[in-house]
Amino acid sequence: MSDTALLDIQNLTVEFATRRGTVRAVEKVSLTIAKGETVGIVGESGSGKSVTSYAVMRILDRAGRIADGTVSFGGTDLRTISEGAMRDLRGREISMIFQNPRAALNPIRKVGRQIEDVLIEHVQATSRDAKEKAIGILRQVRIANPEERYHAYPFELSGGMCQRIVIALALACKPQLLIADEPTTGLDVTTQKAVMDLVVELTRERNMSTILITHDLGLAATYCDKVIVMEQGKVVESAESTSIFLKPTHRYTRKLVRATPRPGITLRDLLPEEIATPPIAPAPVALGGTPILKVENLVKEYRRQDASGGLAKFFGRKSDQDTSAFRAVDGISFEVGTGESVGLVGESGCGKSTTSMMVMRLLDPTAGKIVFAGEDIGTIPARRFAGSAWRRRIQMVFQDPTDSLNPRYTAARAIADPILRMGEDTGSGSVRTQVEELARLVGLPGNLLDRFPHQLSGGQKARVGIARAIALRPELVILDEPTAALDVSVQAVVLNLLQDLKATLGMSYLFVSHDLHVVRLLCDRVIVMRQGRIVEQGTAEQVLEAPKADYTRELIDAIPHPPV
Amino acid sequence: MSALETEAEPTATSSGFMRSATATLQHARYTFAENPVSGIAFALFVVLLICAVIGPAIVPYSPLASDTAAALKPPSLQHWFGTDQLGRDMFSRVVVATRLDMAIAVFSVALVFAMGGVAGIAAGFFGGWIDQVVGRTADTIMAFPLFVLAMGIVAALGNTVTNIVIATAIINFPLYARIARAEANIRRDSGFVQAARLTGNSEMRIVLTQILPNIMPIMVVQMSLTMGYAILNAAGLSFIGLGVKPPTPEWGIMVAEGAGFIVSGDWWIAFFPGAALMLAVFCFNLLGDGLRDIVDPQRRT
Repeated sequence: MSDTALLDIQNLTVEFATRRGTVRAVEKVSLTIAKGETVGIVGESGSGKSVTSYAVMRILDRAGRIADGTVSFGGTDLRTISEGAMRDLRGREISMIFQNPRAALNPIRKVGRQIEDVLIEHVQATSRDAKEKAIGILRQVRIANPEERYHAYPFELSGGMCQRIVIALALACKPQLLIADEPTTGLDVTTQKAVMDLVVELTRERNMSTILITHDLGLAATYCDKVIVMEQGKVVESAESTSIFLKPTHRYTRKLVRATPRPGITLRDLLPEEIATPPIAPAPVALGGTPILKVENLVKEYRRQDASGGLAKFFGRKSDQDTSAFRAVDGISFEVGTGESVGLVGESGCGKSTTSMMVMRLLDPTAGKIVFAGEDIGTIPARRFAGSAWRRRIQMVFQDPTDSLNPRYTAARAIADPILRMGEDTGSGSVRTQVEELARLVGLPGNLLDRFPHQLSGGQKARVGIARAIALRPELVILDEPTAALDVSVQAVVLNLLQDLKATLGMSYLFVSHDLHVVRLLCDRVIVMRQGRIVEQGTAEQVLEAPKADYTRELIDAIPHPPV
Repeated sequence: MSALETEAEPTATSSGFMRSATATLQHARYTFAENPVSGIAFALFVVLLICAVIGPAIVPYSPLASDTAAALKPPSLQHWFGTDQLGRDMFSRVVVATRLDMAIAVFSVALVFAMGGVAGIAAGFFGGWIDQVVGRTADTIMAFPLFVLAMGIVAALGNTVTNIVIATAIINFPLYARIARAEANIRRDSGFVQAARLTGNSEMRIVLTQILPNIMPIMVVQMSLTMGYAILNAAGLSFIGLGVKPPTPEWGIMVAEGAGFIVSGDWWIAFFPGAALMLAVFCFNLLGDGLRDIVDPQRRT
């Protein structure tokens, strides 16, 4: 390692012109990255971690500008060089990987061609040897059958595969610095591990420097040499990754470390010390009585859509693959006891969401029984379920708090919706008082009730969604990754809220998630699904401490293990 | 909805309403300040509105009164826009014509909004055979040259103003149906629609309370953009002698009448109604762009 840093940022300040005046997104940020070093920038949404990297690449949007500071890359001042020189640096010297790999690829161009484009643009290859080099690069990012994959379009590849292509594009010209902006958010935990291992391996091989921008302190600590924590545009702590979990010095880092789910803790440990209250004793529920939900041999089949099927049928031709069907859920059986929380875990495409939609009665099963409180509710068609008396007894908290709120309804109106539609006149006061009571229950300040979703923060929107779900005191609540879109500190608060509500109201939960740590904290029992089937089920302790199935073990191993 | 509002404390509701109203006003002011062209368009719209509402009461001459002694006079202080071959005051005629042209545009846009909006939302939300029927109907209409189709409809139904309104609405149907279909379709399985199903809303209620309010802004923008086109279409039909009959003042007829006099140098008879037509279309197009900025929640940060 040479003495001069590869990237040296001093007092970087970035400002955005908005209608409410100038906003400082990044304030006096200084950081240096040596050659071959991997640095993680960690922070929650709005901390300025992405803006910092955009400023380095000079790809801020029009309203943003670098107000102050210096950015020097290998001795060149990136603030003063011409746009042409900058364009030359981007891709060749500094590369970037973005969060959504599919969006970063041109959907109508073969992936091999896209790699060639980059090579030719930066004069790393001629049209004669480009294909050969592109295939070589595909091989380097560990893509099996690179000759075949060269001809694939992005939509034919999985998310993890697409991210590998994006990495291949970023590394095609052997850059000295790689900026990875949330490269694994939205990917499955096993894919995340594969992608991160690949990035680390390639950077070591080439002695490259890497900036990893992430909201996940555990991920950064696992894969980086150094971790920089940002809060509201400022660097609050910068430490070796080995010490950040053990000796966090700044108040905010301590909060983040506490909020990161990890083995051997309880839900209350996620909260900052100041606000952690003793856990609420659960309402006396006769555990082990009749299960509230019993699912038997549930199947959901989708017919495969043959592109030529319609036309072939039209012309009287019989397609020989007509009978093949895809089983999203393949004969699963499980139970949820009264007052119990059961975690449904698996990677994307394992059928967990389809299962929850069927239990929720938004989707009709192909076969099998859904027995709720002793009655097979699977026989009531999903279309008519909204009008049935069962509807109010099963409710759901959605994954994306923003998407699940009507943008034209105020928080109060959203929470009142189930009461207005299905509530009976209990004489317990007006709708408004009921809404206020619910808001108090979920910890939503009353003055926010008249706001619209876009005026609320992510955590507040999640509370509105939870209040709506519990408005009619349902017996079973399905939680579909309720914290996946939230920052870790907000996740900690929401998980505790859910736990307390369950204890106070005596509900049962079916918790759908891909995050085993979170499942362990909230659930009594865990069901692991893969390809539509249950591979393992048991108590949370059993499954996580002594997994029986290889797949479960693989899932647990893939979770980042920060050096503690 | 009403239950909540009536049962809520009146002060809280009204203050909430006031707040959102002032916020909208502020946002509108901000948009116009950011984009002065929208401001100009809005001013022009107000002028058009005044002409349409009180035009006949403020013009100096009767639009139908002919004065053969003053025929074919160029613009002067007495006759700002000159006079036509019968000595009628062009300024009065242009101003008075505003009401008829605007009325045709407003009614045809309202009609197509109702037809296309309902059909499109149903197609996008329910899919299936409704989608097929609406989609193929729109395709069939699109297969004709639209102006020729409008001519055919007016010729077939009869030469009246009502039929111009209907014809203009029909040729715009595919546009509205497709936009409404696309917007309803992307929201059909969105989280908040699913959530509404869970809270016991029927499919019909979901369309009315969840889908419609959310696609309304896009439709309103579209209405403003089509207004200009509707005016142009009505004027075009009159120009070729369909719909409005002389001597009723209407921009299209006036341009048609004046066209013959341009060769002899009497340019003003065709020029002023033509200019009015152009300004009206221009105004609605710009207004549509401005409205889009106001209603787009993405821009409201």
